[in-house]
Amino acid sequence: MSAIAPAHTSPESATGSGAPRRPPRRRGRAGWWLPYLLLLPAVVFELLVHIFPMVTGIWISFIKLTQQYLRNWSEAPFLGFGNYRVVVDVNGVVGKGLLNSFLITCAFTLLVVAISWVAGMAAAVALQRRFPGRGIFRTLFLIPYAIPIYAGIIAWKFMLQKDTGALNHLLFDTLHLPGEKPFWLIGGNAFWSLVIVAIWRLWPFAFLMLMAGLQSVPEDLYEASAVDGAKPFRQWRSITLPMLRPVNVVLVLVMFLWTFNDFNTPFVLFGKTAQPPAGDLISFHIYNASFLTFNFGYGSAMSVLLLIFLLIVTIAYLLFVNRRSKRA
Amino acid sequence: MRETTGARVFRVVTIVVLSLFTIFPLWVMVTSSVKPLGEVLDSFTWWPKNITLQPYIDIWNTVPLAQYFVNSLIVCTAATGISLVIAVLAAYAVSRWRFHGRNVFTTTVLSTQMFPGILFLLPLFLIFINITQATGIPLIGTRLGLIITYLTFVLPFAIWMLAGYFDGIPRELDEAAKVDGTGSMGALWHVLLPAARPGLVAVGIYSFMTSWGELLFASVLTNGPTQTLAIGLQQYSTQVNVYWNQIMAASLVVSVPIVIAFLLLQRSFVAGLTAGAVK
Repeated sequence: MSAIAPAHTSPESATGSGAPRRPPRRRGRAGWWLPYLLLLPAVVFELLVHIFPMVTGIWISFIKLTQQYLRNWSEAPFLGFGNYRVVVDVNGVVGKGLLNSFLITCAFTLLVVAISWVAGMAAAVALQRRFPGRGIFRTLFLIPYAIPIYAGIIAWKFMLQKDTGALNHLLFDTLHLPGEKPFWLIGGNAFWSLVIVAIWRLWPFAFLMLMAGLQSVPEDLYEASAVDGAKPFRQWRSITLPMLRPVNVVLVLVMFLWTFNDFNTPFVLFGKTAQPPAGDLISFHIYNASFLTFNFGYGSAMSVLLLIFLLIVTIAYLLFVNRRSKRA
Repeated sequence: MRETTGARVFRVVTIVVLSLFTIFPLWVMVTSSVKPLGEVLDSFTWWPKNITLQPYIDIWNTVPLAQYFVNSLIVCTAATGISLVIAVLAAYAVSRWRFHGRNVFTTTVLSTQMFPGILFLLPLFLIFINITQATGIPLIGTRLGLIITYLTFVLPFAIWMLAGYFDGIPRELDEAAKVDGTGSMGALWHVLLPAARPGLVAVGIYSFMTSWGELLFASVLTNGPTQTLAIGLQQYSTQVNVYWNQIMAASLVVSVPIVIAFLLLQRSFVAGLTAGAVK
């Protein structure tokens, strides 16, 4: 985990303003214990809500923790890698389900992050120049981000109903597309419903971050390049994009992690009972695997694998980003 | 600087497309919330045929919405308040002192931020069961248990963001205060906290918003009388009829306060979120 440290995502280092100035060392002087005292509550809570549960989670993944052992889990038999063997066995039911869910989640994440980033960037650039009504659009675009997650998704759930929903009405009654009104929350379309709803919620965040980042790009850079005859797209390529790089590095990573771990969208759209296989995102899959069958051993093994995957992707990403910025 | 035609077309198209996409669900929410039940169970219409405010009255009776409101308010306020206090102290230490274990601490805090909530859910559930068995303090199905779990995602972000914010405040300010004899805690209280107000506001909003919308932990750790809005809202659809008009009305009622608060404070939020970027 310490591999993340050099490139950690504090606003300070992420924005390229250099390493924070090192405060002078205090040891040996009176009051050297003060920072430890200040840190104590945070450390206690970190241990309580993070470290201890995580160690427990890893341990659970090695035992046979089914419903009968829930209340006295110290007696649950140790399985070694038994749970892992089951959940990665793609020929078995559990393993096949996990693999399916993993692949769907990858496709989902790729689409949602890419489209949200493009939309956020387009909006940030479109609102970069002052014009009457700019504040109204800025406010409007931020609403999906400010609205409580479940409220926005429930509105979409209503819109995606087959017969009473607004989407089918828009497509087939207002725009008169040919064909039958499809189901959106059942079958293969469930995947596209997830993608659309997740983008609706996520792109305003990209917009917010990029808009804030654009404020630090000096106006005269554009003026100077315009004098040199640079077209708007060229200006975006050679000024906006490089200047926004520090923001983008953090933004893309955060969006990736949020989207990959998305639980709320499928949970609200499909509910607990009817999960279409096409919309079986990984957090939702683990949740159901754990709480419908109460086999926490499988659930924990899947969670640990998910964590390892996210760690590998994150570290690879940060290494890649760091190497590129060194070359640049 | 003149705008080229191409840039103008791009700007107009982008704004129109994204505005329509954003407004679409909002429009459906608002118009459906003033339709009678019969109308939302029939084909969708862009405009309500009959406008009624009845759904806004019924939402309080169909499910105990007021109770859920109170639960959410208590849990979110407590989680936000506790995390702010703890985070201010920790961020002060991390930002102003260099001590053994500083890197271990910051790295741990940062990396726990990326962990999936589901990883903590199962163990916390089991730990809570066992704590309750051992001590008698009920943690499952109570607000206390939920507040503790909400710290899992609120606390690391708060520490991370506030530490960044404190770093942006010149050390000379609090050093001067210390020389004047206020002591370390006085410098924090009288100098750093007032200077970091936008950061505190931003962290507060963010913590409150994420807690207000949280579903994963709430769906497992609450029951009946302790459910939060996020879970309670689902109940309109487990009835015989799906009261879509009431669901939309209730969604609006739980959204409006938080959306207004966010929009009013968005400047502080943006400033806090990008403390380093805009500097």
